[in-house]
Amino acid sequence: MKRALTIAWLLLLVSVPLWLTSLYVLHVLVMTGIFIVAAMSLNLLLGYTGQLSLGHVAFFGIGAYTSSLVSLGFSVHLLPGWEVSLDPQPVWLGMLCGTALAGLCGWAIGRISFKVRGAYFVIVTVSFAEVTRLVALNWVELTQGPMALNNIPYLRLGTPDLVEVSFLRKPANYWLVLAVAVVSYILIRRLVQSRAGRAMIALRENEPLAASIGVDVTRYLVLATIVSAAMAGAAGTLYAHYVRIVDPDVFLFIYTVTMVIMVVTGGKGTLAGPVVGGFIFGLLPEALRSLQIGPEIQWVIYGVLMVLVLYFLPQGIVPALRDWWKRRQAVSQRATMASAAPRTSMEAAR
Amino acid sequence: MSGETAGAELVVDGLAIRFGGLTAVEGMCFEVRPGEVLSLIGPNGAGKTSAFNAITGYIAPDAGTILYRGARIDGLRPSQIAHRGVVRTFQKTSVFMGQTVVDNVLLGLHLASRQTPLAILLGLRWVAREERALAEEARSILAFVDLEARAPDLASALPYGELRLLEVAIALAAKPRLLLLDEPVSGMNPAETESFMRLLARIRALGITILLVEHDMRMVMGVSDRVICLNHGRIIAGGTPAEIQTDPEVIRAYLGERYVRAQG
Repeated sequence: MKRALTIAWLLLLVSVPLWLTSLYVLHVLVMTGIFIVAAMSLNLLLGYTGQLSLGHVAFFGIGAYTSSLVSLGFSVHLLPGWEVSLDPQPVWLGMLCGTALAGLCGWAIGRISFKVRGAYFVIVTVSFAEVTRLVALNWVELTQGPMALNNIPYLRLGTPDLVEVSFLRKPANYWLVLAVAVVSYILIRRLVQSRAGRAMIALRENEPLAASIGVDVTRYLVLATIVSAAMAGAAGTLYAHYVRIVDPDVFLFIYTVTMVIMVVTGGKGTLAGPVVGGFIFGLLPEALRSLQIGPEIQWVIYGVLMVLVLYFLPQGIVPALRDWWKRRQAVSQRATMASAAPRTSMEAAR
Repeated sequence: MSGETAGAELVVDGLAIRFGGLTAVEGMCFEVRPGEVLSLIGPNGAGKTSAFNAITGYIAPDAGTILYRGARIDGLRPSQIAHRGVVRTFQKTSVFMGQTVVDNVLLGLHLASRQTPLAILLGLRWVAREERALAEEARSILAFVDLEARAPDLASALPYGELRLLEVAIALAAKPRLLLLDEPVSGMNPAETESFMRLLARIRALGITILLVEHDMRMVMGVSDRVICLNHGRIIAGGTPAEIQTDPEVIRAYLGERYVRAQG
């Protein structure tokens, strides 16, 4: 039953480009998908270890810039007379490098902030994001600064003379993002339903107790940060080779806020939460735009809806639905028991 | 060190703990022998919990050494000490409140699992197999402490007495060889205390050495092989329960100087 439902969902998602005629809507779906991957990665930290990374967009941006620069090639003068240059590399290699470097930065952040939790972790991550933005803005020789990296190549797999799949058009990009999202979802599910995920939950719920039963707190915080950062980096590489222009604005704080909104409204600490929250708050701005109302009214509605969700469903949409479903089943179970009871008593009377 | 301490499970030697100007523990020396139940008693503020915290790595001692099976454990992190087989419970009830009872024990089984991050991410077959074995083990630990029926309930829904049992179940899941219990029956009614004493006997039968801090004297005298009495951070007496009960120093510490004079 549950498996069939999952397969039906997947088939529906895979078939979207086949029946959806509007390329604009498909574009919105691709962008939403990229953000859902980023939100899922944030959920691993925020939802399972309980640490809020308010600079999560830094890993996204690092992935985007690294992947773009590796596939475009670059040449920078680090010190007088010392030049580092790289010829353009295949895009898939760039994407791997982007993911890996984001993961490496995650490791560094995790190690640096291993003693700081809560508010201090938030400050460390916010500062990190701001520093990366300033570097991207000012290191013009490498990043082109505000002029942005242009003409970023799109992903091509295979060889030109044999079979080649190119991810230039929207349907191909949609499937690519969907594939990465599914893989990310599976990885996160494996992680949280294992010893590692339980260790993260343990240190979120009760750190002294977690330590007393042998959980190496630092190790699992760092692990969560690495996986989370690498996944956000992967989302960034998808973004770079889909939009094909990257400027320092990818590091803007508002993108982190969007991810946090997706995770918190959907339900942090649940697997489906960021996906549900991501779909709603990723598609909502576009849906509101189609209503032909002033942009200021659109954002007011967006804000009001968000506040309403958090006010009435403070745990998020997914946990609320789950509770509702459990209650409903309990009620229907009682109802069948109640309806079965009189019948037997009537039979006994007969 | 005397020959007697050579075979000891835990040796605390010259332990001192100070909080600023306040001395919580001073010159504390004692040993725990394999397989025994040793109780630390003493009035409030005598340094019992501070000693516990030092042994399990939650505070760094200012002086002294702590040897577990011949190896120093002072200076190690709590998780490293747990890894060696020294596991504790807390004075203030401490479980994973937001999780179900069975998940609490699963979290406690951290050290029983061999899963590495890479194996988990690759989704190797044996990881799933081990998960099933762990779930099975969690059930059997719950059965051991008599909480089987509560497995699917949220920990926050348990009454106090059962929460304290759950704490012990979590600690047992970490496979202790030396179990430190910090006031496990405080706040329990006499019937609950009775059944906890029987649980303690079952734990002991598993070959687990127990170091106990407790105020309930009926329990202490009933389960302990030896008792050590602390006052103002120093050991004032040690011996069998019978010896401790008649020790004038102990009576003075608990009941005061004037009581002793009045008796004399």
